[in-house]
Amino acid sequence: MSINDLFASTLKPVNLGLDMFADDLRTQGADPVLMDWTPPGGGDPEVISALSRLERPELAEKIDAANQVALDRILSAQPFLEGFGQAIDTVPGMTKKTILHAGPPIEWERMCGPMQGAVTGALVFEGLAKDLSEAAELAGSGEITFSPCHEHQSVGSMAGVTSASMWVHQVTNRTHGNRAFTNLSEQLSKILRFGANDQSVIDRLNWMREVFGPMLSAAMELNTDGIDLRLLLSQALHMGDEAHNRNVAGTTLLIQALTPYIVETDFSTKEKREVFDFVASSDYFSGPTWMVTAKAAMDAANGIENSTVVTAMARNGVDFGIRVSGTGDQWFTGPAQQVVGPMFAGYTPADSGLDMGDSAITETFGIGGFAMAAAPAIVALVGGTVDDAMNYSRTMNEITTGNNSNVTIPALDFMGVPSGIDVRKVMETGILPLINTAIAHKDPGIGMIGAGIVHPPVEAFQQALVALSEKIA
Amino acid sequence: MSRHISIRKNTYLDSVSLMSMSTKANGVDGVSQAFIAMATPMNKEVLANLDITDAAIEEAKPSDLMIIVDAEDALLESAITAVDDIIARKNDGGATASETRYRTLDSAFEAAADSNLVLISVNGAFAAREARKALNANKNVMIFSDNVSVEDELELKQLAHEKGLLVMGPDCGTAIINGTGLAFANAVRRGSIGVVGASGTGSQEVSARIHDFGGGISQLIGTGGRDLSTEIGGISMIDGIRALDADPETKVILIVSKPPAEEVAEKVLAVAGAASKPVIVTFLGSSRTESGYDNVRIVQGTKPAALAAVVASGIDESTLDLHPLNLPLIAEVRAKLAPEQRFIRGLFCGGTLCDEAMFAAIEKFDNVYSNIQKDPARVLGATDPSREHTFLDMGDDDFTNGRPHPMIDPSLRLKRIVEEAKDPSVGVIAMDFVLGYGSHEDPVGVTIDAITEAKAIAAARGQHLEILGYVLGTDLDTPAIAEQVALLEAAGVTISSSSTNLGLLAREFVA
Repeated sequence: MSINDLFASTLKPVNLGLDMFADDLRTQGADPVLMDWTPPGGGDPEVISALSRLERPELAEKIDAANQVALDRILSAQPFLEGFGQAIDTVPGMTKKTILHAGPPIEWERMCGPMQGAVTGALVFEGLAKDLSEAAELAGSGEITFSPCHEHQSVGSMAGVTSASMWVHQVTNRTHGNRAFTNLSEQLSKILRFGANDQSVIDRLNWMREVFGPMLSAAMELNTDGIDLRLLLSQALHMGDEAHNRNVAGTTLLIQALTPYIVETDFSTKEKREVFDFVASSDYFSGPTWMVTAKAAMDAANGIENSTVVTAMARNGVDFGIRVSGTGDQWFTGPAQQVVGPMFAGYTPADSGLDMGDSAITETFGIGGFAMAAAPAIVALVGGTVDDAMNYSRTMNEITTGNNSNVTIPALDFMGVPSGIDVRKVMETGILPLINTAIAHKDPGIGMIGAGIVHPPVEAFQQALVALSEKIA
Repeated sequence: MSRHISIRKNTYLDSVSLMSMSTKANGVDGVSQAFIAMATPMNKEVLANLDITDAAIEEAKPSDLMIIVDAEDALLESAITAVDDIIARKNDGGATASETRYRTLDSAFEAAADSNLVLISVNGAFAAREARKALNANKNVMIFSDNVSVEDELELKQLAHEKGLLVMGPDCGTAIINGTGLAFANAVRRGSIGVVGASGTGSQEVSARIHDFGGGISQLIGTGGRDLSTEIGGISMIDGIRALDADPETKVILIVSKPPAEEVAEKVLAVAGAASKPVIVTFLGSSRTESGYDNVRIVQGTKPAALAAVVASGIDESTLDLHPLNLPLIAEVRAKLAPEQRFIRGLFCGGTLCDEAMFAAIEKFDNVYSNIQKDPARVLGATDPSREHTFLDMGDDDFTNGRPHPMIDPSLRLKRIVEEAKDPSVGVIAMDFVLGYGSHEDPVGVTIDAITEAKAIAAARGQHLEILGYVLGTDLDTPAIAEQVALLEAAGVTISSSSTNLGLLAREFVA
C-alpha cells in the first residue's frame, strides 16, 4: 500500500512489541492486530541471519514450491501393510551382527542405560552372547555393527533395538513405491525396547519369534490385498486415538483386519488364543504400525532439493536428531530432553531417562502430539486439559506447511492434522514441535516408568536452518 | 541471605514488562535484590558486573528468562513465590479469551489482510528483520526500536522507497497517521498541516504548538533521528515531503529536525522547493536562515515554526495568543536569586526539548555542558556530576541502557533533581513534562515530591531555587495539560508556554 493510499484508508496497525502501544491505539479507536512475538531462532544471530537469507523473496519462492512438493508426497502416500518378515531377510543392510537402534548414530560407549540394556538383551536373544555381561563385552568389542533404524528404511520404538531374527512389518507406500519396516510391539512396561532384559523379556522375544511373528506373517500371506494403513489410521483418529501414546482404537482396527486371516492359518487354536490374548494385553499392539506408516510417507518426501520440511525426528536417549528433506540423510542433533509427565507409582523424575525412540516419526507425519485434539482421553496421561489438547494441535499449524485432509480431527471441525514441519517456521515462531511420548527408566533392565510431553532441542533446528541457508541458493 | 537463580527456557517477555516486574519484585518482603531479565549478552554482563555468576546463567540463551532473587534466608521461599506470582500475572494479562495474538507477522498478515502499518518496538537486534518482512508484504512500517544498524536502516529505506512505502524510524518515537497517534504522540486536532520530523519530541512539540494556535495536523511522519545523516541521505524525509505534497488534505508542510548533514540539507530543501505547497523548516541549532526557494521558509525554533505553519495554513496571526516572553517575570526571578546562583541545570526527558533549551543557552554562554553536546570538550557522561550550565537529555542511550525511557520511568530524574539542588551555584532547574500516548500517566504527580525536596534544600541554606517547568501536552491529552500545570504551579514551579520559551526564560533568569 503506497503512502498516499495509506492516508486515504482506515489505519489498521499491527502492534509488534510493547503492549502499551496497543492499548493507546485501542483508546484512539484504532483496532490493533496483536502479536505474541518471541525472538526468532532462539535469539541466535547466526540463525537469524540464515532465516533472513532464506526469506529473500526469490529463495522463499523456491523453498515454498519445494515444500509443497514434499507436502504433496506426504499427503498422497498410501502405506499398505503387505506382510511380516524377519529382519535379516527383509531390512536392507541387515546382518547377523547388526543391531539397529533408535535415533541418530551413536556408539556403544555413549548409549544411555536403557539402550545398552536393550542391546545386551538382544545379543543374548540372538545367541551371540550367553549372558548379559558377555553381551556387554561383545557390544564394546567392535564386532557388532550399530546403525540407526532410520538408515535402514526402518523405525524402532524407544531403544529401537532390532536384531536379525526379530519379525518386522513390511509396508509399501503404493503411491511412491518406497518400503518401510519396523519390529513388532512387545506391548508395554518391562520389555526390551525400554531397556529391560531379564529372562522374562527374552522368553517373550522367543515366543514372538516362534509364534507371534510367524502367525502374523502367515496371515498376511493369505491377505494378498494388503491392509490400507492410512485408512485405518484415519478411522483410529476419529475413534479417539492420536496414534502415538493412545492406540486403543487403532489396535482394535488392526487386529480386526488381521483376524479373518489369522484364523485361516495352520496354527493351533491355543497358539491363536495366545496371540489374541497378547494383543489384548495392552493397547500398544498397533503403536509401531503407525510409526512405520508415518515412516513410509515421510521417506517419500525426503531428498527434495530446497525443501525445509522435516522428514524425521528421532532420539537415542542421548541425542535428538532431525533430518530435513532438502539436506537428505544428514542428521542435525541436540541434547535429548527430559520428558515431563506423570510417573508410575514409586518413580520420580530423577529416575527417568532422557527422551528416546523413533516414535517421534508420528509427530513428524502429523499425528501423536500434533493430533492431541483427536484424543481428549489421553490428556490425563500427559498432564493437561482438553483445551490444552485442542491448543496443541492448533498451535502446530503455525510450524507446518499444511494439513492432511486424509487424516482429520473431528473435534477441530475435521481439520486435517498439521503436516510438514517447516524448519523456517520453527525458528521463526520459537514454537518447537510437541511430542507426546513414554518415559523409560534411566538404568538398564527396568523399563517404562511413565509418559509425558517433550520438545526437541532448539539446537537441532538451528543447525538445520544454518545448513539449509548454506545449501539453498 | 540466600540467592535463588532460575532460568526459564524459551520464555520471552518484553523489556518494559520485565522492568515493571523487576520493580515490583524488588518491593517484595524479604527481597534485597531481584533481577528478572532476558538472558541477552548485555544483561549477562550486567550480572557479571554485579558479581552474580552461575553456570546456568552462562548457558542461558537470549530467548531464556533469568530470575535471580536475593532474600533473607527465612523469607526466600515466600519471596520466590511472590516473584513467581508477579511473573505469572503478566503471562495471564497477555491474552484474554477474546484476543487473538499472532506469533509471526506472516500469520498476522494472513489473518488481517487489511492491515497497513506495522508498529515495531521489539529489541533492536530483531527489529530490522521484522521491518523487512512487513515491507515485503507491502505494509508501511514505524520502527520505534533503537539499536538498528545504519546498514539495515539504509537497506530498509531503499526497499521502502522502491515500493512506495513509508518507513518511519528506526528510533522513531512519534507519528500521527490519519489522526491516530503512534507510540509517543499528543492528542491534537486534525487539520491541514503535514509534519515531517526527524526528532520525536520536536515533532510532539510542533504538533502541540500547532494545536495550541488553533491549527491541526493532517499527517505527522517521523523519520528517525539518523535519517538526515550522510549515510541515509534523508530518504524517509524526502519520501515524506513528497507524500505530503501529494496529499489533498495537507496545505502546509512543516519540517522539524536537528541540524542535518550539509549535503542532505541541500537535497531536502531542493525537494521542499519543488513542492507545490508552502514549506516551513526548522533545523534546530542550525544557523542557516535562507532556503534559496520561494516556497520554503527557514525559521529558528519549534514555536516560530509552528506559528509560521499555522499562519500559512490560513489562520490570522492577530487572533492568536502568541505567549510572548514574560519580561516582568524575568526581572522578578533575577531579583530572587543570590549572586552565586549563576547556573542552569536542565533535566530533560525529550531529546529535542533538551536540544532547543541548550541551544538557547549556548547562544549566550560558553560553559554549557551536556551529554548531547557537539563540542567534545563539554560532553558529560550519564554518571558525571553536573558542572556550570548543564543540560541532560535523560532519554539518551547512556541513560536508558537497560532501563525504560524517562518518559515512562522518571526515577533517575527524581534523584537528579534533588542532587542538583544541593549545589549552591544552581539558580534554575529546567524540566520538561511530556504528556500524551506512550508517556507516564502522571509525569508531574510523580515529580512533585522531588521538586518540594529540592526547594527545601535550597531554602535551608537561604536560597531561592527557581524551578522552571514546561508541560508538552494539549487540552485533549490524558491527563490534560491544565491539570498538570495547576499541580506544578501549586508546588511553586514557574511554567513556560513552549519549548522555545523554556530555553529563553532559563537563560534570561540567570543572566
